[in-house]
Amino acid sequence: MELVYSVCVGFMSACGIFLMLRGHTFTLVIGLTLLSYSVNLFLFASGGLTIGSPAVLNGSENYADPLPQALVLTAIVIGFAMTAFAVILAMRGRADLGNDHVDGDDPVDPLAREDKA
Amino acid sequence: MSLLDHLVIFPILLPFFAGVILLFPSISSALNKQRVFTIATSVLMVIAAAMLLIKVQSTGIQVYALGNWSAPFGIVLVADAFSALMIALSAILGLAVILYASAGEDKNGAFFHPLIMFQLMGINGAFLTGDAFNLFVFFEVLLIASYSLMIHGGGKQRVQANIHYVFLNLIGSSLFLFALGTLYGTLGTLNFADMADKIPHLSNNELMITKSGALLLLAVFGLKAAMLPLHFWLPKAYANTSAPVAALFAIMTKVGIYSIWRVHGVMFGNQAGELANIALPWLWPIALATIAIGAISVLASQSLRVLCSNLVIVSVGTLLVTITLNSVQASTAGIYYLVHSTIACAAMFLLAGLIQQQRGKAEDRFVTARAMPQSAKLGFVFALLAIALIGMPPLSGFVGKALILQSVTDTKQMAWIWSLILGAGLISLIALSRAGTSLFWRTSGENTTALQGSPIQYLAIGILVALLPLMVIFGGSISDYAQLAAEQLNAGLSLQQLNEVAK
Repeated sequence: MELVYSVCVGFMSACGIFLMLRGHTFTLVIGLTLLSYSVNLFLFASGGLTIGSPAVLNGSENYADPLPQALVLTAIVIGFAMTAFAVILAMRGRADLGNDHVDGDDPVDPLAREDKA
Repeated sequence: MSLLDHLVIFPILLPFFAGVILLFPSISSALNKQRVFTIATSVLMVIAAAMLLIKVQSTGIQVYALGNWSAPFGIVLVADAFSALMIALSAILGLAVILYASAGEDKNGAFFHPLIMFQLMGINGAFLTGDAFNLFVFFEVLLIASYSLMIHGGGKQRVQANIHYVFLNLIGSSLFLFALGTLYGTLGTLNFADMADKIPHLSNNELMITKSGALLLLAVFGLKAAMLPLHFWLPKAYANTSAPVAALFAIMTKVGIYSIWRVHGVMFGNQAGELANIALPWLWPIALATIAIGAISVLASQSLRVLCSNLVIVSVGTLLVTITLNSVQASTAGIYYLVHSTIACAAMFLLAGLIQQQRGKAEDRFVTARAMPQSAKLGFVFALLAIALIGMPPLSGFVGKALILQSVTDTKQMAWIWSLILGAGLISLIALSRAGTSLFWRTSGENTTALQGSPIQYLAIGILVALLPLMVIFGGSISDYAQLAAEQLNAGLSLQQLNEVAK
């Protein structure tokens, strides 16, 4: 279970980082969302993975660490708010700057220029 | 229990409640009411911060267990001499910024006053908290307020600078969570004192994981502090935002420095067993390079606000140097210099706002323009601040730099530090004299239509400028206090001590 879980989290982070390396705000937002999903799963696993054990103390012999669950909850709420802000900012940037590149204008492709010459 | 027992949490609760009240309909539509209310609140915050400072100095470290849940199960706020000093600094800075903005800057966009309050709440929370996850939460509070404040007033430049700032910090926040998850996985706690207790007793296969978590945290704090190579966002962001916001942001880089000090200077410091001082080999070259690159960028700056942003980077490098030196004497010097550089940079940003306002289209760029109507007043303040920022006597910059230089006289790093810090001072001298001559003397004709600075703006700058000579006159007691702060900081705090104080 640990292996499958960690491969999934790792793959999702890799996808998120790949998307964040693009220069456009849209892909950046998608990448950030993926990264925040993977970080939530990562935090959830930080207390150890258990099956069928409640996150309540004194309830049974086996219990799951309740703290990571509380941390994840906080992280989800904050991540959600931040993503909402990022989306609005990206839209504002698109409207004010006329394109969705993070630097405010699309860089000229050097290869394309060579072709013209 | 009297009200004073809750003094530690006041710096967080006051701006929080003020921010919420400012959003209520009857007050949120009346700008004048908002101004009076925020100024009153920030005066209260200065008083609360002063009381906290005195209490910490007379009775030692204060611990406040939220909901009376003792550490490590509950979240604690810890006010030691260092955090109380930072709270006082942010309160004074907040007051100056709000006064300055009340002259009209707050009209340019909605919700300026509530956002400033939430920003101050986040900053104060980050200084006070004794819990790593709580630190993350307060970081997010101060960041989300700063995202909106930075774009306050709008305009293409600000939107563009804000896109970089926001996305970089969002990535930083994700990394912060990864780091916290890693540390929790090996240490099983997020309370600073408890973490410090457990780090020396880690088993061998947990060491590498903990180390990677700790170094990931260094990257996160380094991004906030704008240390090399994570500093590229700073000049653009600070130079494009409005003057009062840039002045308030002068303390934001210091939040990063403060966290590096707490986590990598102390928690992973001398007492961390196998992991002792893991960050220092990284920080040492980074600190020196930050000073060097900051100084070169100072020379290349084309406007006063960009120049000042680059001076912020130089001060970040200087502070990182004092962290890497890892001694009480260097920390004392660092704490003194931190207070000085925050005040001086913030005052310079406010002054740049006035200069920009009075020079019309030339703004604060170093080009020939029509003379400013109040150039005598502005020039006088500029000269004072330049002296402080360069580090010449008789203002506090000199004392701060002298303390830092003095603290390294016996060490082998002396040659590096002396040459870089003095060289950066020389470069600031050249750049600031060039800036002053172009802004005040290279003029053509009179500008009679420009907006004059209002008395309240001068008052705001005056408060900050007056602190610089005061830091020299009361230099003895301030450096004694800084030494107390450095001793408490370097001694660290174990969970047992924490819980004893909490009782």
